Amino acid sequence: MSTEPTKYYVPDQSVWPIVGALALGLMAFGAAHFTIEASKQEAGFGHYVLGAGIFVLFIMLVGWFRDQIRESRAGMHNLQLNRSYKYGMLWFIFSEVMFFGAFFGALFYARMIAVPWLGGASNNAMTAQLLWPHFEAIWPLTLTPGGTETQAMGWFGLPLLNTMLLVTSSITLHFAHIALEAGNRSKLKLWLVLTVALGVTFLFFQGYEYVHAYRDLGLTLASGVYGNTFFLLTGFHGVHVTLGALMLFIMTLRVFAGHFDKDNQFAFMGSVWYWHFVDVVWVCLFVFVYVL
Amino acid sequence: MKIKTKSLLWALAAALNAPNVLASNELRLNMPPGISDMSQKVYDLHMLVFYICVVIAVGVFSVMLVSIIRHRKSNGRKPATFHENIKIEIIWTIIPFIILIAMAVPATITLLELDNTDDSELSIVVTGSQWRWHYNYLDYDVQFQSILATPNEQIYGRLPKSENYLHEVDRPLVLPTNTKVRFLITSEDVIHSWWVPEFAIKRDANPGYINESWTNIKEPGIYRGFCAELCGQGHAFMPIVVIAKEPADFEAWVHSEEQRLAAEAEQEQKLLAMEMSKDELMDLGRNIYLSQCAACHQPNGQGIPGVFPKLAGEGMAVGDKTAHINIVVNGSSGTAMQAFRSSLSMSELAAVITYERNAWGNNTGDLVQAADIFNFIQGEE
Amino acid sequence: MSTVVAENNDAHAGHHHSKPTGIKRWLFTTNHKDIGTLYLWFSFFMFMLGGSFALVIRMELFQPGMQIIEPHFFNQMTTMHGVIMVFGAVMPAFVGLANWMLPMMIGAPDMALPRMNNWSFWILPFAFLIMLSSMFMPGGGPAFGWTFYAPLSTSYSTDSTALFVFSMHIMGMSSIMGAINVIVTVVNMRAPGMGFMKMPMFAWTWLITAFLLIAVMPVLAGVVTMVLTDKFFGTSFFSAAGGGDPVLFQHLFWFFGHPEVYIMILPSFGIISAIIPAFARKPLFGYSSMVYATASIAGLSFLVWAHHMFTTGMPTFALLFFMYMTMLIAVPTGVKIFNWVTTMWRGSMTFETPMLFAIAFVVLFTIGGLSGIMLGVTPVDYQYHDTYFVIAHFHYVLVTGAVFSIMAAAYYWIPKWSGVMYDEKLGKLHFWCSLVSVNILFFPMHFVGLAGMPRRYPDYALQFADLNAIISVGGFLFGFSQLIFLVVMVKCAMKKGEPAPAKPWEGAEGLEWTVPSPAPYHTFDTPPEVK
Ligand code: HEA
Ligand code: HEA
Ligand code: HEC
Ligand code: CUA
Ligand SMILES: [Cu+2]
Repeated sequence: MSTEPTKYYVPDQSVWPIVGALALGLMAFGAAHFTIEASKQEAGFGHYVLGAGIFVLFIMLVGWFRDQIRESRAGMHNLQLNRSYKYGMLWFIFSEVMFFGAFFGALFYARMIAVPWLGGASNNAMTAQLLWPHFEAIWPLTLTPGGTETQAMGWFGLPLLNTMLLVTSSITLHFAHIALEAGNRSKLKLWLVLTVALGVTFLFFQGYEYVHAYRDLGLTLASGVYGNTFFLLTGFHGVHVTLGALMLFIMTLRVFAGHFDKDNQFAFMGSVWYWHFVDVVWVCLFVFVYVL
Repeated sequence: MKIKTKSLLWALAAALNAPNVLASNELRLNMPPGISDMSQKVYDLHMLVFYICVVIAVGVFSVMLVSIIRHRKSNGRKPATFHENIKIEIIWTIIPFIILIAMAVPATITLLELDNTDDSELSIVVTGSQWRWHYNYLDYDVQFQSILATPNEQIYGRLPKSENYLHEVDRPLVLPTNTKVRFLITSEDVIHSWWVPEFAIKRDANPGYINESWTNIKEPGIYRGFCAELCGQGHAFMPIVVIAKEPADFEAWVHSEEQRLAAEAEQEQKLLAMEMSKDELMDLGRNIYLSQCAACHQPNGQGIPGVFPKLAGEGMAVGDKTAHINIVVNGSSGTAMQAFRSSLSMSELAAVITYERNAWGNNTGDLVQAADIFNFIQGEE
Repeated sequence: MSTVVAENNDAHAGHHHSKPTGIKRWLFTTNHKDIGTLYLWFSFFMFMLGGSFALVIRMELFQPGMQIIEPHFFNQMTTMHGVIMVFGAVMPAFVGLANWMLPMMIGAPDMALPRMNNWSFWILPFAFLIMLSSMFMPGGGPAFGWTFYAPLSTSYSTDSTALFVFSMHIMGMSSIMGAINVIVTVVNMRAPGMGFMKMPMFAWTWLITAFLLIAVMPVLAGVVTMVLTDKFFGTSFFSAAGGGDPVLFQHLFWFFGHPEVYIMILPSFGIISAIIPAFARKPLFGYSSMVYATASIAGLSFLVWAHHMFTTGMPTFALLFFMYMTMLIAVPTGVKIFNWVTTMWRGSMTFETPMLFAIAFVVLFTIGGLSGIMLGVTPVDYQYHDTYFVIAHFHYVLVTGAVFSIMAAAYYWIPKWSGVMYDEKLGKLHFWCSLVSVNILFFPMHFVGLAGMPRRYPDYALQFADLNAIISVGGFLFGFSQLIFLVVMVKCAMKKGEPAPAKPWEGAEGLEWTVPSPAPYHTFDTPPEVK
């Protein structure tokens, strides 16, 4: 292949990986102790360590990306390396899909297996008869076998609005991408800013919905498996939206600084893929958590 | 070469072991065929699969052995160059497949039979909890719990080990022979697993769910089993002992048991009106404590830091009496501390609480009487 | 240095690639060989630690009664032994081998993402420090087995569970990054002319392993997260009172766990497929069927997870489905075994240490695989489940399978890594000591298991005493035999031994043997041509 480079760029030594490892170590250790302390409502050192870890991670990210951007701008990346990044990003997204898969799996299991069994389905007639005689298997599970009551979250209204927001943002982002390919910088900026704004609005509504759930519906993280799956799925999704929005925000800054063009846009493309992925997850969420 | 080593090894192991085998005369190397139709079928299936595997292993290893002996460089062999043969590759894909079908068919038949609990004549609820089994005869007024009977002294080597070391309980499960008995297996806390090898039954006891299983015992006798799912520190110390009796003997036993339990309940009512002396309470309490509580809170009341709370000199045992009664009677939900109201009588509860409030230097001087427990429970309702 | 190797990078990169020295070389490295070395030493250290824990277990089980430790500590030992061996010893060893060998095998200058590579490695020491530190907390470390079944790991565990969970999280991140790196390297960095069906089997098996890793490590991350929220934040995924089910935990865990055990064996298949042809002086028989078999094993591995859960009370049709799927795995695995045997057939074999380990692997792994098939037969698994029969099964596939293959690989490639030949006499001694003792250790476990001894028991009834004593003796013999391995490897690391030629094994094939020994710090800066 004639376009194949004959030389390959191997980066020089770098401090950032080990700094990143230290950061993750501190975060894990701190988060663990913080969790223990919080559950006992004791004061401790956990949150300091966690904070330190996040700080170190931040430094690492800034440093690493600075190096990366510098190399990229200096044209040290060739086609092959860009392809490596692309594949890497795609497989990373695949791993995220599987992570959400675990929680969707839990949701389906709870709905289609655990709750019906507690109500006596399949080979569990005696379970219902002897252990949970008053339990009725329904979904959303508004009354758990243990007796916790809650209300279900409807899909109309805020969730529907949020769905439209996110889907729109995917479209605007796509326009941004087209603008980049076409070299139309001002359109690119416009669509990109719009996308970030839509993402932030989504997050705002999501927060509002949580308050509503806790305050008005009695739907909490602890209100049985319906609440568990609801909050963990939407919660992890929310974290990913935050991350994605952050990535797009940085891309916006870089676009304003004149970075990226048709041939040199891996970072931009990675963020775009990530955003579309987050969007797809939301659509699944909307269907399986809210509507059905 | 490999095979030679293997047999050498076996000779070695056998030699090492010979004195023991001769002395104990009960070294078992294979699965027990068991004493029900089902267990016999399971055993036969096991032997079938085992022999198939042995034949496959012998086949594969002999070809290898021949190759290793003959096709070596030191024999002056020149290497052949073939590296593909579609025909033979297809053959050795299909043959294993056929062997597998030969195993799957009897396995399916046995499984369908094993999983069919219909038409049972007696149902028993088996409940695991850390670390004992509760048995409840659904068709009779009989329920009790069954705890390891081997004393700590034997476990820690201060006394010689008895013949049925770790295989003995205070109250065995009694079952009739020639009757389809259904077990309804569940748990109060973590997952346990109820296993009696002779019946070929092993079923997990999942908290909040009931699993079903069944047996039909052919011969009277004593059968011993284990908890087979890791359930914490006492996992090795919650054995199962089943005594199988002829149906008539079983009827007799179950009725005498019903009467005995009824009499005990009556006695309990009488005790409510009586006061026990401190010595009586402490003696009874000590026994109960050692058999029921010491597994977690330790015989000296020290508990295990971070796992089971210390009772000596701190906490509820030297604090508010009602809170103390409450936790022993009702347990603490979501923790290993279970509710003892169903497994201990009121006087036993009173005694163990008194014991805890006065042992190991907890000299609160408080006495708790059966009537106090009675009043506490009444007050709750 | 050599002709194949360009010492200096091209000018437009503006870097000067000299070999860094001192501690910085190891901390900041982006070199796949350095990172490989780090992984391999780390894994050996973890093997010693996990092995010592196993010896504590064996010491306590030498005779009935509680002798040296308490049951609670025994459970911690079992848990940590399993976790350390699986996540600390075997997996990092394979990643280390991938780092060292993959770029050389496919003619790439380095791994595709060298900095992330270093990150993946350095997460591991932190993760295990956190895991081990949990043992010093009040109440001790995790004591719920490496399978951490809920609710023993949730409501009924100690606080240290939080450390367990978070250390699993970062360990998982490390594995995922490592796997992404492997996939991208193999897919994107092959030298011109190296088509997929020309890759060495080791590259193939690792490619598929990496796919498994990316697919299941996130599920593990998810399930530990649920354990965390169940224990500390009041969720009830695994509690019936809230509408959950403890068995859900097991489904999620084994959806990860079963592919995980193949993650620990597929790279071994690759290693053995390199070694047997080399010493039989004959090409690997049935290369393409090997590839398809590996892929089928990986595919099937997603459909068999519930064979670990036959006793949990699943409906009958589910039991049947998982039984059939489990049995099916024997077919592609059989293809591999038969191919290896046929590769030996009419070869011209010599029996250096790597070959000895490879032959032992084929025999002993087959024994382990056949006992796996026995376990897969549901009605009989009711009897085998959670007994020492299972322990025997998986130590045959893991110790005489995975670990033996790793040792074979170490002997096979150490001339390339260090530039000196290992001590053949000591190597053979190591092999024979290991072979004899490992069978004394694990073979009688089949019998104790069948006779009815449950696993995870700190104390047992008298009828199991004799065999347990033999097993313990075997355990110590096997453990001490590994000291020989340590000596051999340290000698090579210190460059004591005959200098090795570029290709020390007559029948070996592959690009790695075209570069000098020791392999220069940078290989294939310009891609080699593969015909
Ligand atoms: C490297 C790791 C590894 C590998 C490769 C395997 C391979 C297999 N395993 Fe194993 N297994 C474990 C590691 C592994 N296992 C571990 C760690 C556990 C316990 C986990 C725990 O609970 O802690 C376990 C537990 C385990 C169980 C659960 C037991 C129980 O708890 O009750 C089962 C049940 O089906 C099982 C089955 C199998 C099967 C069918 C294979 C097959 O892949 C084997 C296939 C190979 C062969 C069959 C031999 C070669 C083939 C031929 C020569 C062809 C002809 C053969 C026939 C026609 C039969 N394994
Ligand atoms: C790859 C994985 C792997 C490996 C290599 C091993 C290796 C060994 N294992 Fe394994 N084991 C598991 C994975 C592994 N194990 C798993 C997953 C479990 C299940 C855990 C659970 O139930 O949750 C288990 C459980 C398990 C049990 C059952 C515990 C129980 O159920 O209570 C036992 C008991 O004998 C045991 C023994 C051993 C022994 C003696 C070795 C030996 O091969 C180890 C030999 C190695 C060494 C000893 C280290 C090197 C030695 C030196 C450098 C010499 C100098 C050092 C000293 C002598 C201290 N293991
Ligand atoms: C299986 C383990 C186990 C057994 C058996 C057990 N306990 Fe407990 N016990 C616990 C645990 C765990 C707690 C802590 C509960 C909590 O945190 O709410 C506890 C708490 C207590 C407390 C409160 C301690 C404090 O100061 O907070 C008392 C009193 C007590 N148990 C008494 C008993 C008595 C009496 C028995 C026997 C009749 C008994 N326990 C048997 C595990 C056990
Ligand atoms: Cu109960 Cu193990
Ligand atoms: Cu498996």
